[in-house]
Amino acid sequence: MLAEKYLRDAMMPHIWCPGCGHGIIMQAVIKAIDKAGLDQDKTVIVSGIGCSSRASGYMNFDTLHTTHGRALAFATGVKMANPELNVIVLTGDGDALAIGGNHFIHACRRNIDITTIIFNNSIYGMTSGQYSPMTPHGHLATTAPHGNMDRNFDVCELAKAAGATYVARSTAYHAAGMADLIGKALANKGFSVVEAISQCPTYYGRRNKQGSAIDMLNWQKEHAVNVAAAARLKPEQLEGKFVIGELHSSSAPEFTEQYDQLVARLQGRE
Amino acid sequence: MSPTVKLLQGNEACVEGALAAGLKFFAGYPITPSTEIAEHLAERLPRVGGRFIQMEDEIASMAAVVGASLTGAKAMTATSGPGFSLKQENLGFATFTEVPCVVVNVMRGGPSTGLPTSPAQSDVMQARWGTHGDHPIIAIYPSSVPETYELTIKAFNFAEKYRTPVILLMDEVIGHMRERIELPDEPPIPIIDRAKPTVPKSEYLPFDESQGDVPPLANFGEGYRFHITGLTHDQRGFPTSAPDKTAVLLDRLHNKIYNSLDDILLWETIDMEDAEIGIFAYGATARSATRAVRLAREQGVKAGLIRPITIWPFPDQLIAQYAKQLKALVVAEMNLGQLVNEVERAAQGQVPIKRVLQANGELILPETILQAALEVK
Ligand SMILES: Cc1ncc(C[n+]2csc(CCOP(=O)(O)OP(=O)(O)O)c2C)c(N)n1
Ligand code: SF4
Repeated sequence: MLAEKYLRDAMMPHIWCPGCGHGIIMQAVIKAIDKAGLDQDKTVIVSGIGCSSRASGYMNFDTLHTTHGRALAFATGVKMANPELNVIVLTGDGDALAIGGNHFIHACRRNIDITTIIFNNSIYGMTSGQYSPMTPHGHLATTAPHGNMDRNFDVCELAKAAGATYVARSTAYHAAGMADLIGKALANKGFSVVEAISQCPTYYGRRNKQGSAIDMLNWQKEHAVNVAAAARLKPEQLEGKFVIGELHSSSAPEFTEQYDQLVARLQGRE
Repeated sequence: MSPTVKLLQGNEACVEGALAAGLKFFAGYPITPSTEIAEHLAERLPRVGGRFIQMEDEIASMAAVVGASLTGAKAMTATSGPGFSLKQENLGFATFTEVPCVVVNVMRGGPSTGLPTSPAQSDVMQARWGTHGDHPIIAIYPSSVPETYELTIKAFNFAEKYRTPVILLMDEVIGHMRERIELPDEPPIPIIDRAKPTVPKSEYLPFDESQGDVPPLANFGEGYRFHITGLTHDQRGFPTSAPDKTAVLLDRLHNKIYNSLDDILLWETIDMEDAEIGIFAYGATARSATRAVRLAREQGVKAGLIRPITIWPFPDQLIAQYAKQLKALVVAEMNLGQLVNEVERAAQGQVPIKRVLQANGELILPETILQAALEVK
């Protein structure tokens, strides 16, 4: 049983609301880790602060639940000090892209070998529904009672532009596909980003009249277009939809590998 | 072998001390007057198999240091006022999660961007209370280049021994001034490494108070599979809001420092045996104060110096002891009144206290301190 091996029984029950998408995403992460055969003792899970970031505590690895927005900076220290470790960051859309936005682009730029899963529920769940950098324009939040004036990021485009070498998007509805994409992200030797679209029925769903968790999952199903299918569609046919699948894959020197080479050279071991 | 004699800046001596202590990871962000520490470590660390990284800001630097330390690496960052402000949240995280590390603050005049290249002792209260919540902290304060070397090693030793961040406060003049220093081949004091767990991996509890006030810290990546969180946590490191568990944790956090004051409190006194006028000063100001003591003695005034080296925890006992002996106590510091309030608290009204406070970016001259001593004699 995956749950027995990879979850901390002592941390149950979890804090997530019924119908929350975060548990589905955590399960996809666990499946991907298992399939990739990562050594459980050599894998460190780092998270920030938010409902999504609580996932680290539920997982049976060395786990680091840090400060809001800073998971990637902590993870960078872990990975650099011991490059042998597999480092996975679990973060929310607010955590990664508002308070942590600067760390995010710089981690992409460095191409440090860390896999980052962004649990994107388009809202600040933990603090009861304020708008995030992923809340769509015009949507409602407790701090956008008249509609959100901000525009949201396309985090996959952002990651690609900033230098990430693997970028993918999936949804809680497409959980199996998500696990495959996370698997590829783990296999990439460099900085990988998977945007995992989640649902927060409690705050985002209710306020924006999106119905139940099932309705929100159906919305994900109906609005997601696979990258291969999207390639055959005209822009107007993609209006209001979003693309899922592997969106970017490239190769670039990995940060800790370069540093190891520097150490070897300076110590005359090369 | 004989020691190497060098003419080094305080910032360079800090680097030498850190390397002698076994530094393996540095993350920082450039800021005057601390930048030389980062520059020298960028050059030196990879040569000894360590890692240097310039992060995107000071928040990230502090975070990376904590992450690195959790893998077992001795880790440090260095900054000045504005950057020290940015580090506070993650510094608090390190105190609460008990992750050893050293934070160097080479102070400049403040507030805000202030006087980037001028000396000031403006962050001593921030070092104590800059991060939110009840927490103990160790802060030590050199007053010369050779002492910077030695205290940097001690900072790492305290960090490892007590599983805590340690702040090394430096004056801009100490950081930038060159002084003669003897660098021994071997560290001049024994190097302390953090205690490692001795229990079977499956039984390891990272915050187990039954292991003493400083429970051993395992390394990430060695199979202990433990959790670290900035939420209030139980012995296992798992979040809790139970009042009894909260109290146990906060008590132990304080006890581990306050029950070891004999080890942690460092100070120096000069001519205090028969002193009637005490001069309390630290860092670079203590050098002016030492001169003022000489000048006063030449004039027949029985003056003496009290120089705390550990400023946090504050040496209450030291002050209380001399307060009874002295006719007056002069407190000199390069700020508008920070540690003097601690001195007054510790003296408990037993001795009149004269303040010599200056925050104009200039060192306090010996004559200024002397004059104050003569006024109260
Ligand atoms: C420095 C700081 N600022 C603000 C907060 C309050 N806070 C906690 S979680 C959170 C937002 C989390 O949103 P997100 O990352 O999207 O995660 P979600 O809860 O939606 O999964 C905020 C603002 C905090 N903990 N720390
Ligand atoms: S508030 Fe929203 S994001 Fe948080 S657990 Fe509940 S449903 Fe999930």
